[in-house]
Amino acid sequence: MKDFIRIRGLSKKFGNFLAVDNVDLDIERGELFSILGGSGCGKTTLLRMLAGFELPTSGTIEIDGVDVTNQPPYERHVNMMFQSYAVFPHMTVEKNIGYGLRKERMPRPEIAKRVDEMLELVQLQELRSRKPDQLSGGQRQRVALARALIKQPKVLLLDEPLAALDKKLRERTQFELMNIQDELGITFVVVTHDQEEAMTLSSRIAVMDRGQFRQIGTPKEIYEFPSNRFVAEFIGTINTFRGHVAAKEEDSISVDSSEAGVTLTALGKQLVEEGQEIEIAIRPEKIFISKEKPDDGDAVCLPGVVDDLGYRGNRSLYRIRLESGKIVQVSSQNRRRSVTRFLEWDDRVWISWRPRSAVVLLD
Amino acid sequence: MWRKAIIAAPYLWLLVFFLAPFAIVLRISLADPVIAQPPYSPTYSPDSFTFLLTDKLYAITYLRSVVMAAGATLLCLLLGFPMAYGIARCSPATRSMLLLLIILPFWISFLLRVYAWMGLMNNYGAINNLLMWLGVVDQPVQLMYTDFAIFVGLAYSYLPFMILPLYATLERMDLDLVEAAQDLGASRSRAFWDVTWPLARPGVIAGCLLVFIPAMGEYVIPYLLGGSESLLIGRVLFDEFFVNRDWPLASAVAVILLLLLVVPIVLLQRYQARDQEGTA
Ligand SMILES: Nc1ncnc2c1ncn2[C@@H]1O[C@H](COP(=O)(O)OP(=O)(O)O)[C@@H](O)[C@H]1O
Ligand SMILES: [Mg+2]
Repeated sequence: MKDFIRIRGLSKKFGNFLAVDNVDLDIERGELFSILGGSGCGKTTLLRMLAGFELPTSGTIEIDGVDVTNQPPYERHVNMMFQSYAVFPHMTVEKNIGYGLRKERMPRPEIAKRVDEMLELVQLQELRSRKPDQLSGGQRQRVALARALIKQPKVLLLDEPLAALDKKLRERTQFELMNIQDELGITFVVVTHDQEEAMTLSSRIAVMDRGQFRQIGTPKEIYEFPSNRFVAEFIGTINTFRGHVAAKEEDSISVDSSEAGVTLTALGKQLVEEGQEIEIAIRPEKIFISKEKPDDGDAVCLPGVVDDLGYRGNRSLYRIRLESGKIVQVSSQNRRRSVTRFLEWDDRVWISWRPRSAVVLLD
Repeated sequence: MWRKAIIAAPYLWLLVFFLAPFAIVLRISLADPVIAQPPYSPTYSPDSFTFLLTDKLYAITYLRSVVMAAGATLLCLLLGFPMAYGIARCSPATRSMLLLLIILPFWISFLLRVYAWMGLMNNYGAINNLLMWLGVVDQPVQLMYTDFAIFVGLAYSYLPFMILPLYATLERMDLDLVEAAQDLGASRSRAFWDVTWPLARPGVIAGCLLVFIPAMGEYVIPYLLGGSESLLIGRVLFDEFFVNRDWPLASAVAVILLLLLVVPIVLLQRYQARDQEGTA
C-alpha cells in the first residue's frame, strides 16, 4: 500500500538554526502516529509544516498522493489542534465547532446537524451555548478537538494535546482520543514530549532529537529494541555497560566490560567487529535479583550490594552497587503480599539476566 | 475600613471633579445673563436652551463638530490600526522602541506642534514647496485655514490616543487564534475579520472614544488651523463665555455638548454588555 503521508528530505531553517533537519517519514492511512522528543527538538515546527503554517526550507510533503508542500493552510485537507487549543474566545461552543463548515459555505441545517454529532462525540451537548471562558481546560480541549474534526480532515494534527491537563484527566482523555480515532478512522499525527503518552496512544512513534529522527517504530520496538543510546535513554530507564567486543560467534557476541567486571554475552547478528567499543544495555525489569547465585549456565550473573531500595506499591526499585562501583537499577514486581522486606540495605545479592534481554548499542 | 476608602476614592473623584462642576454649569445654564459679578441671575429660566434649540446656526455648528470629530476619529483608526498591528507583531525590544516613538511628540508642547503644522501647510511652507518642486502644481494650494487643515491637525494630535489602546488589545491577542481560523478554511483576510477584528473591538471602541470626545470640544486646533468662517462648537463655547460674557448660554452649549457625548457612550456600553452575554 502506498503511504498516505510521504515526507522527503524536509528541512526548516530559522536564520542559521536548523530546526528540522532533512527528515524522511512515511505514515499510513488510519495510523495514530506520534512524534516524541524533548522540548525544542523541532516537533512543533514539523507539525506546522504539515499544517501549512511554515514553508519548508527544502523537501516535499505529499498527502494522499497530492504534493501539498506549497499549499496554504486553508487549502489542505488537514486540521490542527493547537497546543494552546486556540478556541475562539468570542464565539460559543457551537459557533466554535461549526466555524470550519461555515467557511465552506455549507447549508445551515447541514451545519447544525454536524455540530450536533460533534457535540455528542465529545460529550458537550449541555455546554453548547457557553463561551470558552466558562469552560474548564478539559472542556476547552474537547471543543478544540471537535472543531478540528468536524471538517473530516484527511489528517488531524495534534500538538501536545494533553499537556495542559492534570494527570487523572490526561489518562482518561488519552483513551477517549484513541476511541475517537478508532471510530472515525482519521489519521492522527500527535506531537508529545511525554513518552508514556506516546507509548499508550500510538501505533507507531518517531523519536526526535535536534531536528532529526533517531528511530521510527512501534512502541514495543522502540522500547525493546532501541537502535541507539539516545532512544534507549529517552524512553524509560536503562542500564548500560561499556566494553570491547572480545569474540564474535554465529549469533552472539562476548563483550569485555570493566564496568561489569565480567565478560557479558549478548545475542544478535549486529554489524560489530572484534575490538570495537560498544555498549550492552539492559532494562531494570529484565534483571532478576536473588540472594544466592542463580543456577543458570546461560544467564549473565553479577555480584553486588544493595545500595538503595524503594517501595512503589506494585513494584520495588533497587540500586545495586557492583564491585566496580557501577550502580545498576533493578525493578521487580511485588507479587507476594508481605510486610517484611525481601532485601535490606547492604545485603549481598546477585543480579542476573538472560543474554537475549540485553540490547547492543553502537553509538 | 481601608477597603471602603479605596473603593470610595474613584467615586469621590467623580463627585468632586465631574458631578459638582457639572451641577454648577447646569445651574448657570438655567439662569438669565445679567451685567453683574457673577454675570448671571439667581433666577431660573429655560431661555438659553430655547434660544439654542431654535437658532439653526447652533444646530449646524453641533453637526459640523460631530462630522469633523467623527472624520478625524475615522482617519485615526485607518492610520492607527495598521500601526498598532505592526508594532504588536514586532519583537519585544523593537516594540518598546516604536511605542516610545509614538509617545515622543508629547515631550514637545502641544501648541508648538500645532504651530509647526502652520509652518508646514502655509502657502510657502514645506508641503507647497515640495508640490511645486515636483511640478504637481504651479500655484501654491490653499491648505491653511481650511477644513482639511483641521482634519490633519486633529488626526495628528490624537493619533497616539488611538494607537495605544489598540496596541494593548492586539498585543494580548493569541496568534494561534488567527492560524486556527486559517486552518479551518479562512483566508488571511477572512481570518482578520472573523478573529482579529472582533477581538480588537474593545481597543477600537476605547481608541475611538479617546479621540472623538476631546476632538468634539477641541478649540485650539480649529482656531489656529481652520478658517474664521469654520465655526465649531468649541469656538462657540469660548466666544459665548469670554467675548459675549453670556454665561448661561455658554453653559447651555456645554450641557448639550455633554449630552451629545454621553448618549453614544451609553449606547456603546449597552451594546458591549449584550455582546458579553453570548449573542455574538
Ligand atoms: N519562528 C521561529 N523563529 C526562530 N526560531 C524558531 C521559530 N520557531 C521555532 N524556533 C526554534 O526552533 C526550535 C524548535 O522549536 P519547536 O519546533 O517549537 O520545538 P518543540 O515543539 O519540539 O518544543 C526551537 O529551538 C525554537 O527556538
Ligand atoms: Mg512544541
